[in-house]
Amino acid sequence: MGRAARSSAPAGRARRTGAWALLARNHLAVAGLGVVTFVCLVALAAPLLPLADPNATAPADRLLRPGEGGHLLGTDALGRDLLSRLVWGARVSIAVGLSATLIAAAVGSLIGLVAGYAGGRVDNWLMRGIDMVMAFPYILLALAIVAVLGPGLLNALYAIAIVNVPFFARNIRGITLGLARREFVDAARLSGKSHPRILLTEVLPNVLPVIVITMSTTVGWMILETAGLSFLGLGAQPPQSDLGSMLGEGRRVLFTHPHVSVVPGLAILVLVMGINLLGDGIRDVLDPRLKSGALSRPVARTAVRRTAVPERQDHPGAVLELQGMETEFHVGGQVYRAVGGVDLHLAPGECVGLVGESGSGKSVTAMSVMGLVPTPPGRIAGGAAWLDGSDLFALSDEEIRQRRGRDVAHVFQDPLGTLHPLHTVGAQLVEAIRAHRPMPRTEAEAAACDLLALVRIPNPAERMQAFPHELSGGMRQRVCIAMGLANDPSVLIADEPTTALDVTVQAQVLALMDRLRRERDSAILFITHDFGVVSAICDRVAVMYAGRIVETGPTDEILAAPAHPYTDRLIACVPVLGAPDRRLEAISGRPPVVNALPPGCAFADRCPRARDECRVGDIALVEQGGGRAVRCLFPMEREVADG
Amino acid sequence: MAEPLVRIDGVSRVFGGGHTLLRRPLPAVHAVQDVSLDVAPGETLGIVGESGCGKSTLARMLVGLDGPTRGAIRLGDTDLVAEGRRDPAALARRAQYVFQDPIASLNPRKTIRAILEAPLGFLCGLRGADREARLQELMAQVNLAPEFLDRYPHEFSGGQAQRIGIARALAPDPALVVLDEPVSALDVSVQAQVLNLLDELKARLGLTYLFISHDLSVVETVCDRVAVMYFGRVVEIGPVRDIFARPRHPYTRLLLDSVPVPGRKPGVTEDANTELPDPYDPPPGCAFRARCPLAVARCGTDRPELDAGPHPVACWEAPPPQ
Repeated sequence: MGRAARSSAPAGRARRTGAWALLARNHLAVAGLGVVTFVCLVALAAPLLPLADPNATAPADRLLRPGEGGHLLGTDALGRDLLSRLVWGARVSIAVGLSATLIAAAVGSLIGLVAGYAGGRVDNWLMRGIDMVMAFPYILLALAIVAVLGPGLLNALYAIAIVNVPFFARNIRGITLGLARREFVDAARLSGKSHPRILLTEVLPNVLPVIVITMSTTVGWMILETAGLSFLGLGAQPPQSDLGSMLGEGRRVLFTHPHVSVVPGLAILVLVMGINLLGDGIRDVLDPRLKSGALSRPVARTAVRRTAVPERQDHPGAVLELQGMETEFHVGGQVYRAVGGVDLHLAPGECVGLVGESGSGKSVTAMSVMGLVPTPPGRIAGGAAWLDGSDLFALSDEEIRQRRGRDVAHVFQDPLGTLHPLHTVGAQLVEAIRAHRPMPRTEAEAAACDLLALVRIPNPAERMQAFPHELSGGMRQRVCIAMGLANDPSVLIADEPTTALDVTVQAQVLALMDRLRRERDSAILFITHDFGVVSAICDRVAVMYAGRIVETGPTDEILAAPAHPYTDRLIACVPVLGAPDRRLEAISGRPPVVNALPPGCAFADRCPRARDECRVGDIALVEQGGGRAVRCLFPMEREVADG
Repeated sequence: MAEPLVRIDGVSRVFGGGHTLLRRPLPAVHAVQDVSLDVAPGETLGIVGESGCGKSTLARMLVGLDGPTRGAIRLGDTDLVAEGRRDPAALARRAQYVFQDPIASLNPRKTIRAILEAPLGFLCGLRGADREARLQELMAQVNLAPEFLDRYPHEFSGGQAQRIGIARALAPDPALVVLDEPVSALDVSVQAQVLNLLDELKARLGLTYLFISHDLSVVETVCDRVAVMYFGRVVEIGPVRDIFARPRHPYTRLLLDSVPVPGRKPGVTEDANTELPDPYDPPPGCAFRARCPLAVARCGTDRPELDAGPHPVACWEAPPPQ
């Protein structure tokens, strides 16, 4: 997704207060909360409520049906009031379930934290111990523990806690393992903190939400397991009531007097259901992975919500033309205008560089073309993208799917993230080919092999069998380029394809792309932040700032004499090899957030040449001749730029 | 050269290795092999090389986050490795580290105040008003407004977060600061701000920098001397201008030719078919041999050592120093 949307997302403080609001929006969780609160309040208030003595037997009143003899829920085989036993029993069940959860969470989390943080041998010993506990079916293990300790509620509690320790330990160890290698832990060591202190003050706060999530999803289980042991007669001992033992007692008269077992059964069902619904709700609110939009489930294509289709301005010979393209993100009532009207055209065999800082909208521009911006929250709000004369935004979902990878292909920054880790690169290439050109597998394999040879991977036939992790970073990116070229696309969109690579590999990949576009006549839209890379491969360059193109023209001319002050500063603030004495001119301030763009020029606040006129109205991209255009009222003269 | 602040002597670091229970040897990666370097007080020594060349491992050993398998490191007149084991806090008072990813190096659940107070409390023993005064001073040093102290890391841009990382490193008033790719995660317009700040702090506080980077143009701008690492070894070391103007090692030349420079058309660099050396099975002789245009038969059998002089290089076929 666009870095723009993330970097300009609303401040986290507002999000944190929204946790309750989020939970309140989940109706099932609210229902669960209601049930749990009600049951807990009633259980807590049991001594105060006008209930009969739960243990007082009355043989004369045995097995009364609900409502008979003043007993609201009837009586059991010994004539004890079921309502009273239910309330007191729920009290016991909840208390045991909660205590077992707390014990299991405390012990399990501690083991997980220590194992994950210490690593190595400590981790090995602790986790093998946990594995041994897990090797037994849990109910068998609980039975064995109770058999050794003897029946009784407290022993059942210990058994359930022990059985659930591995669950916490493994969960927490996994999270801790990731955290313990993070840089902030190293930083804390260099701040003079001892290992136990780091574990408690640096790692634990980051693990706590996971502990809470795990607890909220296991409490229900624990209550169920308590009931299970009591049902078998190993938990609560007579005359004490608990939901499980009530069920067990009712079993004997199940067919003659079903209400004796149905009442506690229903109580267990409602209580556990309520807890689980609430637990799921809490997890959805707290889990950062779900929070970051995994639940919103983007649709297969960016939504198009444009009011008008612009009149096509024909650029002769162009294969892809973007015209006034606008892409917005709607997040929490705010509209982030990530792309605010971009005009761009590419001719066959041409390489156009799209340059800008993170958040300038260059990636979103690239993703919008084939509808790859996630919806929600993204949408295309205006403009058009003409590919060989047809408007991409007007096509049906099926048509756009057909064209993805066939007419327009993408190469992304991180090749390891783009390739599927479980399939060989050969299989992935074959899939890419056959998705658009149905052909026999052997034929497709030959074509894939040719592609690998085309991107100059040595030993292509052998490398077909390699998994992505077996290749170096440069090799992986070549495979991605080969995949992009699989169907001879007319446009290749490369989003920072060399940023993650070493300089020597970058030079190879750039040379490869330059050669391929000349040989195959593909147009390349090359996204980068590095003017050196632009200079190496791009014929033309477009500089983006705050979602709009501020300057465009032939690469050499723009590098020699930038017309927009932003371009000028962007070039001046980067050290250049061979010119170590050049003073680095930092650009003061930060780019504006795209949900509150100022009127006039977005760069005015950081611009040394800004005047009052720059802060009003809309500033147009003005043609300067020679294919150059600049969005500035007072563009830099060539003499000024040279001097 | 004056008495060096840091003296690295024959340091190696091997990951893995050893034997299984059945006495079968386990694979070992030689991340750093027999590196010897001096860092003079007040200088900026750059370490360049591609990913996996061992530069970060070397940097981590200098602050005690990792220990060498062989060799010695001295900081001033103390044994850095022994001190790091015995009293990590004492070492942390003298050698500090700035991390590559500024956001990841700040605990997301702590305020900036809590993050900066940790070194002041645990390393310097500052409490109360003294600590508060030092906090304000640190924030002023890195040009951040004091009201940022009560915010959380995710509220900061990369450049601001990196300044907090620098402030934390400066908190115990160290003599040596190891900068591990301090600007490579930042936007280009922010890079210059941070580089200029580092330059200013060095001049004002008399710091010594060890500057790790893969970006040769940044190294050329900020460093006095530079060491080029390849496959765990230093292959060339010397004054930065000298090396960048007249590289003696073919690997340094390849690196310099590979950097895309605005306005310069890329030349032919190297054939893509070259195989990189396998870290589990280092080749005999020079590790760069397979990629080297100058390679001769001797390179496959004898490993070249750094020669003498102001600009030493480890290469049999290197041109003589000028």
